[in-house]
Amino acid sequence: MSKTILEMRNITKTFPGVKALSDVNLDVQEGEIHAICGENGAGKSTLMKVLSGVYPHGSYEGHIVYKGEEQNFRSIRDSEHKGIVIIHQELALVPLLSIAENIFLGNEQAKNGVIDWDETRDGARKLLAMVGLSEDPDTLVTNIGLGKQQLVEIAKALSKQVQLLILDEPTASLSEKDSQALLDLLLEFKKQGITSIIISHKLNEISRVADRVTVIRDGRTIETMDTNDITEDRIITSMVGRSLEDRYPSREPKIGDVVLEVKNWSVYHPQHRERQVIKNIDINLRKGEVVGIAGLMGSGRTEFAMSLFGKSYGQKISGEVFKNGRKIDVANVGKAIANGIAYATEDRKNYGLNLIDHIKHNTTIANLAGISRWGVIDDLAELDVANDYRKKTNIRSSSVYQVTGNLSGGNQQKVVLSKWLYANPEVLILDEPTRGIDVGAKYEIYTIINQLAAQGKAILVISSEMPELLGITDRLYVMNEGRIVGEMPTSEASQEKIMRSIVRAEGKAS
Amino acid sequence: MTVHTAPTGTPADQAKSSELSFIGALRANMRDYGLLLALILIMLFFQYFTAGVLFKPVNLTNIILQNSYIIVMALGMLLVIVAGHIDLSVGSVSGFVGALAAMLMVGWKFPPELAFLAHPIVAGAICLLAGAAIGAAQGYLIAYHKIPSFIVTLAGMLIFKGLSLAILAGKSVGPFPTEFQLLSAGFIPDLIGPTTLPWLAENGQNVVLHTTTMVIAILAVVGSVFFSIRTRARRRARGYDVEPFSLFVVKNLVIAALVLFFAYMLASYRGLPNVLVVMGVLIAFFVFLTKRLTFGRRIYALGGNLKAAALSGVKTERTTFYIFAIMGALAALAGMIYAARLNSATPKAGQGLELDVIAAVFIGGASALGGVGQVAGAVIGAFIMGVMNNGMSIMGVNIDWQQMIKGVVLLAAVFFDLYNKNRSA
Repeated sequence: MSKTILEMRNITKTFPGVKALSDVNLDVQEGEIHAICGENGAGKSTLMKVLSGVYPHGSYEGHIVYKGEEQNFRSIRDSEHKGIVIIHQELALVPLLSIAENIFLGNEQAKNGVIDWDETRDGARKLLAMVGLSEDPDTLVTNIGLGKQQLVEIAKALSKQVQLLILDEPTASLSEKDSQALLDLLLEFKKQGITSIIISHKLNEISRVADRVTVIRDGRTIETMDTNDITEDRIITSMVGRSLEDRYPSREPKIGDVVLEVKNWSVYHPQHRERQVIKNIDINLRKGEVVGIAGLMGSGRTEFAMSLFGKSYGQKISGEVFKNGRKIDVANVGKAIANGIAYATEDRKNYGLNLIDHIKHNTTIANLAGISRWGVIDDLAELDVANDYRKKTNIRSSSVYQVTGNLSGGNQQKVVLSKWLYANPEVLILDEPTRGIDVGAKYEIYTIINQLAAQGKAILVISSEMPELLGITDRLYVMNEGRIVGEMPTSEASQEKIMRSIVRAEGKAS
Repeated sequence: MTVHTAPTGTPADQAKSSELSFIGALRANMRDYGLLLALILIMLFFQYFTAGVLFKPVNLTNIILQNSYIIVMALGMLLVIVAGHIDLSVGSVSGFVGALAAMLMVGWKFPPELAFLAHPIVAGAICLLAGAAIGAAQGYLIAYHKIPSFIVTLAGMLIFKGLSLAILAGKSVGPFPTEFQLLSAGFIPDLIGPTTLPWLAENGQNVVLHTTTMVIAILAVVGSVFFSIRTRARRRARGYDVEPFSLFVVKNLVIAALVLFFAYMLASYRGLPNVLVVMGVLIAFFVFLTKRLTFGRRIYALGGNLKAAALSGVKTERTTFYIFAIMGALAALAGMIYAARLNSATPKAGQGLELDVIAAVFIGGASALGGVGQVAGAVIGAFIMGVMNNGMSIMGVNIDWQQMIKGVVLLAAVFFDLYNKNRSA
């Protein structure tokens, strides 16, 4: 029988105010591919950061036993020294350096500090061959695609004599073909005796390559299974902790007249003047209706929403917007808000919140007029508003004076929602409203969406999670390559049907 | 039957929790008070090492006069830095405006129909407008054309340095009309008449107080106490936490005592300098602007996260533009104060001042990344620099050492601030 290469015992890691991991156990056999599954925020990445020394020994409780010895890693360097290499979700490559330079970054092929370029290139070429990449090592990383960049990362890991390779959602942003190649590579490594840990959401991938799966939920190990016994349902139940039916709160839709109508909307890329990103889109939203936009990454959903919201994206925007039958002007964000449109971004850290300021100020920034007269803010009125929305959206914090940067993803999202609720829009566009937040918070956000719809607001939800769209919307648009390629009532929709309209559109386009 | 107590505690506990503990509240506010404490400690240090010269009424008056133009510019620089920008041109712009003022009032010989331009008030207004226009021009390039502020204002610094040389033709121009000199050299008139305090006589010399100054100080103290009591009562009535009563009393007493002490010092010399009145009004207005005006709130929002602010409907470009225009006007005012104080405009005037101004704002706790900073901090920061300049000069510390010590203080202040932040995070 194979022996255990890694054992993590009773790992507990706390951040101020949050217990990210409590008594997590993980054991990995030598030479296997071990998958770690769990919802966003379950603690998978934290666990891997503990293992690789990002969180140094002493900042967590518990034991790490690797190759039979207890390890106290104080930094990534320590763990890499032992052959443990982690490849993060966000790639750690320097875009304007060459492939070869990136591979040997921090580990330069040098004598007395002088880089031996021949050695560097030869070494890089050899490593690239091992990962099946035939690029010139002098190519700049910025000039190759994401899939190849991922392979460069792996080549870099190989250069460090990797024995335990950890991949954090390696295929999240890869195309189907690149994903397959990457998974094949992992199987190849397995033959060479390299052990891998792969963190992934994609159950089909897991069942294809993994030998065993450990499921983590809310910072705890739920169970470890052999792939042979795995069914998707079993993993999902174990991941979510409740069956799928209860993931979406129920709702009685009361749908009224058309509130917002967008006609013939076209947008060009902000840098490339000739590239049309959004192509003649027509959509409408009704009072009290939740409408979804489905589509693959890069289909132009966010670009469409942002261009509609005060022309915040793109150039040469054309088309008309009608609200309650009257044409409205959305030429800038101020006008869009004044006309009752709100857009809650998919990227709350960069576009949604002032992370260094507290909840109160973030809640009122989009509607300062509501708490001020003649440009003078009424402190107490503002405090009332902030407390009111903190309660309404159930933000968990010590007070409204907590800095938003210290909140969890779900609570940050609720602050973003509070901001837009206080702006009191008639049309609310929610771009990936539940990205990166835990199941409980998701449920709360769905509940808020339902309440808003019940109040007669029109809601447009953009989401990459099809089950979510099917669970909460009344009607769906399907987008592909900047066009609306399908429209259907959610009651008649299914994941297959959505995919079919995307594929059919691709067929037509080519 | 068991009675379950709610986890939040009994009603009595909740009533208590609306008044935070004294120590806890003090600690929570330590960063705010720490800077003031540092200033007081520095003053006491120099009081000791200058054998009591620092706190002499004439010297305190001098410290205010010497630093007035730095503080005026620090107010604008605070907005600029909170917005995530920098303005390197303020020193040169203030020098240029001082030169412009001198040429308008003294240097240029206007034909009779244009002679009104040389009137100090008209000339002063022109100078303020010129400063605002310069700031607006730089702000336009920064806000709408997205040229980094560092570069625009570096260019501005060179341009206005050159321009002041050019319009002064390399010479010093002065003296100014008496009315204009009053801006820096004048004191408010004692409308009530002096008060003599014979029981405080020293070496046979009576202490004669500038009564109007004391009255203004007492009114200011009464007003500020009144407003803080009212704010506290309002917060309480709406059911919000207030600081503990003991801390509230101590805080108000300390502030009142400080204000009255300095007023007494000034009153026993010549009273309130005109420029302090100007400064006081400006400081009060900028505190109000940053804390209560929507314009101020938007500056913090865009400095904290430009994209998020823009997507929340903040007109980030227009706001940035106004900030630089305000900065320009303040640099102009500072330039006039400086020129009035020297009683002449020199081609070198204002050079290097931008560094003192920027240092004051950073010592005051502003973040170089934007989004963080307080008016009170910037003012105290300016006074810390000012007191150190003054104290070290009195002690006879050489200028080379003075520079090095100031550099170390700037570093130490920012380091301490970051250290505190990291510890609390």
